Amino acid sequence: MKMTRVLEILPKSLWVFHCNSGSCNGCDIEIVATITPRYDIERFGMKLVGSPRHADALLVTGPVTKYMTDRLRRIYAQVPDPKVVIVVGNCGASGDVFFKSYSLDGPVDNIIPVDVYVHGCPPRPEAIIEGAAKAVLLLEKKREELLKAGASR
Amino acid sequence: MARERNPIQVIYLAERICGICSFSHIVAFVRAVEDAAKIEVPIRAQYIRSLVLELERIHSHILWAGVACYTFGYDSAFNLGMLLREKVMDVLEALTGNRVNYGVGTVGGVRRDLTPKAAAVVREMIAFYRREFETFLDVVTEDPIAKARMRNVGVLSPEDAVTYCALGPTARGSGLRVDLRHTSPYEAYGDLGVKPVVPQDYTGEVYGDVYDRFLVRVMEVIQSLDLLEKIVDGIPEGPITWEPKLPKVLASLKAADGTGWGIIEAPRGDDTHIVKLTKGEDNLTWWKVRAPTYSNAVSWPLMFMNQEIADAPLIINSIDPCISCMERILVSDEKIGRSEIVTKAQMMEKCREKTRRLMGA
Ligand code: SF4
Repeated sequence: MKMTRVLEILPKSLWVFHCNSGSCNGCDIEIVATITPRYDIERFGMKLVGSPRHADALLVTGPVTKYMTDRLRRIYAQVPDPKVVIVVGNCGASGDVFFKSYSLDGPVDNIIPVDVYVHGCPPRPEAIIEGAAKAVLLLEKKREELLKAGASR
Repeated sequence: MARERNPIQVIYLAERICGICSFSHIVAFVRAVEDAAKIEVPIRAQYIRSLVLELERIHSHILWAGVACYTFGYDSAFNLGMLLREKVMDVLEALTGNRVNYGVGTVGGVRRDLTPKAAAVVREMIAFYRREFETFLDVVTEDPIAKARMRNVGVLSPEDAVTYCALGPTARGSGLRVDLRHTSPYEAYGDLGVKPVVPQDYTGEVYGDVYDRFLVRVMEVIQSLDLLEKIVDGIPEGPITWEPKLPKVLASLKAADGTGWGIIEAPRGDDTHIVKLTKGEDNLTWWKVRAPTYSNAVSWPLMFMNQEIADAPLIINSIDPCISCMERILVSDEKIGRSEIVTKAQMMEKCREKTRRLMGA
């Protein structure tokens, strides 16, 4: 995929809600690094928002502890359609080092449908940006499908 | 979880206790295992461990200082801090191959050597921070608003710090000269002569407030630069592991029997790991971790006494806690029997509003 395409098709800035479902903080730090000056994802208009109701994309880190399962479901339900879910980090994708722990319900795709996986423990900020770019493409596809199905703008 | 894994596998689990002080947890864990199995670590490996620990302290403290500025609405300082922090991340990456969870520690030594090239990168970083870090220091410590937000806020007296077992920078901010690198040196710190950083050495008096804790942390960054220089200059030649063959290490861990302790000075305070190994067992028998926030959080109620809610986020932040889901408070007014929940977002807004108010005044 060419990154330039992303800017062509982006109808609006991607707003992201970040949900930490029990991660070790490593991925969260890299997300902070992604939005601060060196990598600065905000120059593409992507930013973290404070409420899932404002978000286009849900970004999940962590392997989903039992305590977070229900909350994650509720957060997912609050994100308006069309939405994409990005999982950042191996532990959200597979359990990683927390695999087989007694306190996990995860990984994330046990609980909510996931569209983009960003691998790494933690992934580099560049990888997170690539994941966000993939999410934009998917989001656009979903938007078109919804429009075809008769949804109003 | 850990009881189904052997000590070498648990290293990677210990690393992921916290994504910020990952190497501190590894070193504490590995030292506990080495203590239980009576393993000698080569001097060069000890130096490399200290090196990575100090790099980690720098990145953790800069991150914290940035976040503290962000809490009271000083976003430009936050971004400046994060920009500065990328330098030490680059160095960690050059040294270990990873930005956050480095995976360099192992039982009996380290997994990566300090190559001359990497040493040059570290030296270059030291020069860079000596040049650039002053700006950040001036921006924050000289700024009247920042000072007004942090002075006399969240005061913890030295007596209370002792009674309530404050650790690390929280205790040092109250003027106590406690630092495990000084009081019971581990790894290479015995050779380096670490002096605890306390506010009275810089400002002449101790308040024990958020400002003092801030000062302690930024001064520790500068101290870490000196330590790094000493480490890079003084690192001896020699092997970097006690036994490079993993099966042999595992075999000797299986034969070991006993309890081991590992206590080190993590960026937030003392990090303690205790491990029990049983003879003939591949896996750990038990493992106990006490991270510094457990102790430091106890002193919050004292710091909150007679403070504004607008200052609460800053006070919470000032011990550099490792929690994510505790950021809400219950406000109760006993006289009218009312109680209400203030969420993190409202609290942050209040905190930033106060800065605006001060700026307007
Ligand atoms: S993927 Fe790794 S770094 Fe990221 S939250 Fe999980 S354990 Fe931590």
